[in-house]
Amino acid sequence: MTTTEKAGRRQASAPDTFLIRTSGTGTGGERQSFWAKLASAFAMFRNGKSIAGLAILAFFVLVAIFADVLAPFSPTAIDNSARLQPPSAAHWLGTTHIGEDVLSQVIHGTRGVIVVGFLAALIATVIAITVGVIAGYLSGWKSEALSALTNVFLVIPGLPLIIIVAAMFEDPPLVLIAAVLGLTGWAWGARVLRAQTMSLRNRDFVQAAKANGEPLRRIITVEMLPNLMALIAASFVGTVTAAILGLTTLSYIGVIPVTTYNWGTILNWASAQGAFGQNQWWWYLPPGLCIAAIGVALSLINFGIDEYVNPRLRSAGERARAMKKKGLNVNDAVTAVRTTDAAAAAAETKK
Amino acid sequence: MSTLEVKSVTKVYNVRGAGQLKALDDVSFTLTSGRTIGLVGQSGSGKSTIAKILTQLETPTSGEVLLDGTPIPRRGRGLRTYRQQLRMVFQDPFASLNPYHSIRYHLERPLRLDAVVPKSETEAEVRRLLERVRLVPDAVIDRRPHELSGGQRQRVAIARALASRPKILVADEPVSMLDVSIRLGVLNLLADLQREEGLGVLYITHDLATARHFSDEIMVLNQGRIVEHGPADDVILRPQDPYTQELRAASPDPERFFADTRGGAR
Amino acid sequence: MTAVEPQMPTTDERSPVDAVEVGTTATKVVAGRSRIPWRFLGGRAAFYIFTLWAALTINFFLPRMMKGDAVSQYLSRNRNVSPEAADALRSLLGLDTDKTLFQQYLDYWALLLRGDLGVSLLHGLRPVTEVVSQALPWTIGLVGFATIVSFAIGTIGGAVIGWRRGSRLEALIPITTFLSTIPYFWLGLLAIAVFSVNLGWFPIGKAYGVGMVPGWNLEFIGQVIVHGTLPAATIVIASLGGWMLGMRNMMLTVLDEDYITVAQAKGMPNQRVLWRYAARNAVLPQIQSFALSIGFIVGGTIVMEMVFSYPGVGKLLLDATNAKDYALMQGVFLVITLSVLVANILADIAYAFLDPRTRQTEA
Repeated sequence: MTTTEKAGRRQASAPDTFLIRTSGTGTGGERQSFWAKLASAFAMFRNGKSIAGLAILAFFVLVAIFADVLAPFSPTAIDNSARLQPPSAAHWLGTTHIGEDVLSQVIHGTRGVIVVGFLAALIATVIAITVGVIAGYLSGWKSEALSALTNVFLVIPGLPLIIIVAAMFEDPPLVLIAAVLGLTGWAWGARVLRAQTMSLRNRDFVQAAKANGEPLRRIITVEMLPNLMALIAASFVGTVTAAILGLTTLSYIGVIPVTTYNWGTILNWASAQGAFGQNQWWWYLPPGLCIAAIGVALSLINFGIDEYVNPRLRSAGERARAMKKKGLNVNDAVTAVRTTDAAAAAAETKK
Repeated sequence: MSTLEVKSVTKVYNVRGAGQLKALDDVSFTLTSGRTIGLVGQSGSGKSTIAKILTQLETPTSGEVLLDGTPIPRRGRGLRTYRQQLRMVFQDPFASLNPYHSIRYHLERPLRLDAVVPKSETEAEVRRLLERVRLVPDAVIDRRPHELSGGQRQRVAIARALASRPKILVADEPVSMLDVSIRLGVLNLLADLQREEGLGVLYITHDLATARHFSDEIMVLNQGRIVEHGPADDVILRPQDPYTQELRAASPDPERFFADTRGGAR
Repeated sequence: MTAVEPQMPTTDERSPVDAVEVGTTATKVVAGRSRIPWRFLGGRAAFYIFTLWAALTINFFLPRMMKGDAVSQYLSRNRNVSPEAADALRSLLGLDTDKTLFQQYLDYWALLLRGDLGVSLLHGLRPVTEVVSQALPWTIGLVGFATIVSFAIGTIGGAVIGWRRGSRLEALIPITTFLSTIPYFWLGLLAIAVFSVNLGWFPIGKAYGVGMVPGWNLEFIGQVIVHGTLPAATIVIASLGGWMLGMRNMMLTVLDEDYITVAQAKGMPNQRVLWRYAARNAVLPQIQSFALSIGFIVGGTIVMEMVFSYPGVGKLLLDATNAKDYALMQGVFLVITLSVLVANILADIAYAFLDPRTRQTEA
């Protein structure tokens, strides 16, 4: 049979070109507006948890930016007449052992925390993306070597290393601290990204791009990176948390000299002056609560991203609760069948 | 007129801890424009390996592939030209399109990469391609893959393959993952395009029936070796090789069924 | 499905053989007895040797990065050091600049293999190895105990919470997560403030009462327990959140799999499905996380020891840092790194036995 006869045998094909209506996309022919594209890129942040977390984070960032304006006193303003006072109208969070205003110290301390936290996370994430994605895309010994490098950084304990390194400098600037924190904290993200890139590498659309002759850098940046965005965002947020905790811990220990202001150094002074033993709660509670608050905000953001990435987490609880209302246990594999009274009565009369 | 010659291609994979796996063993065939060859075989017979070798995603362990008499270059401009001439349609419509990019992007890329049309005409060419695969351009051009049905996605994949105006098309089980009711539509589209563009098509499938419907010749692949190769009807109706006979016997045939139940002679 | 996987690294990444290959080549059924997966362990052993070498080399370069005059000041302060010890210190701390770097490196390794880590200025010129080995058991005891307890409670709790989706137990997740974002040291200080200072239930610090002589008697052990409760409890509470969250997320993913539905449809009792099917598969990535987080746990413990004046290696490191006792700093870092490596190896062995895929590659 020739091809022409085959074509002649064609029957009317079932229509599979029907329109699918979706909301939110523009009318046919127009490109999506810039804002619509931006909104869809940040879809992972659009659930309640992420928004709450972002709001808290934004609050702290604003405090950091406008610290000079917001703080009622200078953090180093010594007032010997007002030592160790509990919160009052003049000093909302009380005073320290030499009369400094605790509230002002906390406000000014926000800056150091935010700057170091985000800078360290930025450095760590850039390294993680570079090492992780390249290690995931390549195969063979190059990939194994990068993976070994990542694992070495994971296993070597970070905090002792930072302590020793920080001890070598007299007065390390914030940027240096951020750099050290970033250089010791990239390994976890790199490992996760490598695993995900390896699974992406074998997907058909990457193979299709290769077969079409796309250059390597475009395959990595334009084809694979958008699919890794959620993972990168979660890794970044997690690293900010770790960096902030690391910074405050190092400041509390005293490894980072106490000339810089952050919540950890406030706790260092408080502890050195015995505030914990003397129940001067207004001194040691606020800084710690602020650290916890930022930690909670970042965790919320990560929860939101997690639920966006893995929809099972989002709907599992809702489905179970909905079933519970109907009196069903979600763990029963068998669906309970309810007989109506009429049917039961009919079954009875049939006997 | 273009000719693709595959000469004695063998592909051996090294599996860590389990020795070697011979995916293809001395495979040879010739594909010319305007003809369709059906490549039939079970899972694991090596069908996809041939597709990967033809699209240069893998290299053969021995043997060679020639396009119009010249061997496929490994890199450089020659490879680019080759890639433009031979395109592939993948099996899984859900996986072969990048979920982050619009349909317009998917079709623009090959046009830009191969400079098929001047830049100013790209948009018009994208629309023309969509119309060729019987899609309404305005309805799909700005959408993302997950907003389209399986059949629509596969049509987009075909359009993407046609964008660079290739001479040879490798279709790796293009309808296996589509609903049965729309398979015929997509296959007929491929047949029409082949006729209109004068393409040479390698139609890889595990389904004997569509292979017969669609191809001029059929090759049967069993564990990496071609066990039968001939005109489509000959292979289906008068199979020589025992493996082909088993394949044919395994596919449901209503006439045979009724003949058996009536006790009539075959 | 085009959704991006959750943040856990997949278990496939860890085993060196592609699971698909394993699936097509392993046709024999493995007997119930567990076989030792030599190839997997061999690969991991090679990695650990490499990491050990890397850690020791970093250790070698650490003092050499410091300003030279600080180190020589250090040596000039100890007039009472014996010549051998002084030589050892010079090799360890990089003061023998008359030798080439490579020669220094070899000397360093010679010292290490002999077990000589120099002498500690801070501790009356006693050998570093002696000082560290006195402190190490305290840290291992505290960290080991607290981490195992935390891991156990967190994993079991996470499994139960994941099983009972949508119940009120879900509220535990945000609570424990909040607790884990609080910095360790602050939680510890708060615990002291509340329980020791105000309520007086526990002593303020140290591992045992002042004036007590360590010995294997009941009174001493009792003191250890009493003094150790607060630090251990703080570590447990602070790290619980991570384990619980991870386990719960894995459980939710596993419970969606078809083999769980099959097990339930077969009529298997729920308790069995929960523990022997779902939790057993969900716990594998947890063990991986556990191995990876040992490094972080050690970091947290250092701070904990400072807060509670617990005589472990963490406090040793901090004291050494403050006193600029370089030899001790180097020695403690070495010991900490070695301990983390050993813990990782143990976790890897446990993982190899638990994950049937690594066992099957030997088939």
